[in-house]
Amino acid sequence: MAGLELLSDQGYRVDGRRAGELRKIQARMGVFAQADGSAYIEQGNTKALAVVYGPHEIRGSRARALPDRALVNCQYSSATFSTGERKRRPHGDRKSCEMGLQLRQTFEAAILTQLHPRSQIDIYVQVLQADGGTYAACVNAATLAVLDAGIPMRDFVCACSAGFVDGTALADLSHVEEAAGGPQLALALLPASGQIALLEMDARLHEDHLERVLEAAAQAARDVHTLLDRVVRQHRAELRGGHRLVLGAGFPAADPAHLHVGERHGLHHGGGAVCGRRPCPGFCPGLRRPPQEVGGSASGLA
Amino acid sequence: MKETPLSNCERRFLLRAIEEKKRLDGRQTYDYRNIRISFGTDYGCCIVELGKTRVLGQVSCELVSPKLNRATEGILFFNLELSQMAAPAFEPGRQSDLLVKLNRLMERCLRNSKCIDTESLCVVAGEKVWQIRVDLHLLNHDGNIIDAASIAAIVALCHFRRPDVSVQGDEVTLYTPEERDPVPLSIHHMPICVSFAFFQQGTYLLVDPNEREERVMDGLLVIAMNKHREICTIQSSGGIMLLKDQVLRCSKIAGVKVAEITELILKALENDQKVRKEGGKFGFAESIANQRITAFKMEKAPIDTSDVEEKAEEIIAEAEPPSEVVSTPVLWTPGTAQIGEGVENSWGDLEDSEKEDDEGGGDQAIILDGIKMDTGVEVSDIGSQGGPKHWKNGADAPIILSDSEEEEMIILEPDKNPKKIRTQTTSAKQEKAPSKKPVKRRKKKRAAN
Repeated sequence: MAGLELLSDQGYRVDGRRAGELRKIQARMGVFAQADGSAYIEQGNTKALAVVYGPHEIRGSRARALPDRALVNCQYSSATFSTGERKRRPHGDRKSCEMGLQLRQTFEAAILTQLHPRSQIDIYVQVLQADGGTYAACVNAATLAVLDAGIPMRDFVCACSAGFVDGTALADLSHVEEAAGGPQLALALLPASGQIALLEMDARLHEDHLERVLEAAAQAARDVHTLLDRVVRQHRAELRGGHRLVLGAGFPAADPAHLHVGERHGLHHGGGAVCGRRPCPGFCPGLRRPPQEVGGSASGLA
Repeated sequence: MKETPLSNCERRFLLRAIEEKKRLDGRQTYDYRNIRISFGTDYGCCIVELGKTRVLGQVSCELVSPKLNRATEGILFFNLELSQMAAPAFEPGRQSDLLVKLNRLMERCLRNSKCIDTESLCVVAGEKVWQIRVDLHLLNHDGNIIDAASIAAIVALCHFRRPDVSVQGDEVTLYTPEERDPVPLSIHHMPICVSFAFFQQGTYLLVDPNEREERVMDGLLVIAMNKHREICTIQSSGGIMLLKDQVLRCSKIAGVKVAEITELILKALENDQKVRKEGGKFGFAESIANQRITAFKMEKAPIDTSDVEEKAEEIIAEAEPPSEVVSTPVLWTPGTAQIGEGVENSWGDLEDSEKEDDEGGGDQAIILDGIKMDTGVEVSDIGSQGGPKHWKNGADAPIILSDSEEEEMIILEPDKNPKKIRTQTTSAKQEKAPSKKPVKRRKKKRAAN
């Protein structure tokens, strides 16, 4: 589109973000009861759903079973209504196959496949709305789903896209910025070690700028990691807090002695930080909240 | 057919060699193999040979109606096919993963980088545009298909000439090559892919892996650049974990390599242009060397052998002395002797038919007297392998005169008790155990000289 400036003079992008700012990320884990693990993520307007089955026995030919590792099978599907113009083929075309292969490559590196030899882990990703950064959203959703399924991984896999306009590196591109034809980089990172699980880049970028764009993408991926980490902890606290709600109906809130130890633990931390002290004294010296407010925080957790 | 799996010792050998910075063909870590570009008689046809990997590229064009959302741009279509002649593992239904990966990489490298000006392919906006189709066929797979394919694609595109078109109002005239010279495509830049293979979790890096090295590698990083040092595509594949500085280092190496390859391409194009202009002979028939006799001729590999002697001496000094061999030969017949007992034949009880074969072979022993043999060769043969194999040497295979199986076979030799008496009677079976070792003969069907 002629005349559309991706980066204004004051440093604002088309949607009002700054150069290094991510879009709003909202995620939920455990959206499907039937699947072993599932997650839903919204990155701005991009919505992706991931479902994990496994580890289970190899489906299809037994010959594909690997004697020392699990097989990771990824399928990517983009709904026909996900883009501005209706797509004819949701899956099976080359682009979807390539995405599936890339997802598989990413997760084969991150999942501890040696713990499940001769089995198969299925990861299915569905994009409901594509507004740029679909690969990143798929990887983030799949990470949450794998964690929800309880499959051990080396580390979170966090992904983000990045671009380069007018000498500035942009993080988390939207569809408008992608379609403008500038260089786009998609990066999947294991945040703790800084190792890159997958790197792909399109369109021309001068070699001198590569470092800056890589750094922007890496920083964005680390920010995504912070958010995903918070989502996981919240989800876990919800799982525990759900128990407490049932009990809280008949029990007086101020009597912690009747609660199970685990719930006390989760309660008094309010679903935020995790303390590693065992046995748990029932309150955390570092937190300001005194134990009497346990009842109030229980409902707050819901 | 399924790909032959790589043996563990070969894998270990390759990895150890890479750790010591040695490659099987004598290249350095960052060296490319020899690139040879040859053109066909038609414009837009070329064959690129990267070492032994061979890719054929062909460009063709057609006037079609444009895509709805891009009414003023031409259409570029890329297709890479892995021909079944390239490797035994390539079968029509089997190669989907690799094929998808390669095709998508080619598409992204050439289409998304906008190397061709698609607006110039428009004839009548919204109605008629040129559709350029690039077909790449892999003819021989010896590693690094991506690089060879990208070079072939860009060379074919640079070489191609499309028919000239003129538009007057509503009328579109398409000129044949005889009427007006065909026009080259307008190419902005030439993206070339450079592949980096990683080994041992990213510790070692090789440029332009050949087929063996590809089998043992952990993962591949492909960087497509042009000579202006603009990166057109980066793709990491395989399960490797990269670090940022590794990627940056690879991009620097790629810059250097791409500059060299681009120069080579331009020179090849220039040569071809010159030959065509001067009316010389051009085409594939001319570029294939006439002196090739066999398909498996190997060039001398530039291996560094400066320290081989010292190493060999070290190994010899440290090695244990070979085991002692009993050196009293037993002469069965003139020209047939045996040192040592040999190994117990583990083929066990043979069927009757097999026994007959042996009896027929036993015939050969009697005829031996009349044939001059090379004693020296035979002796070592028997000693090392036991009885069974001493007819392997062509000079010594005797002529089978009679095939009769009813005869009693007795082989007479000077001072040995007839251990090798073989009879057709059933008692032969029991005798077989002790007498089997030394004179197990197999009927050799080939005639002796």
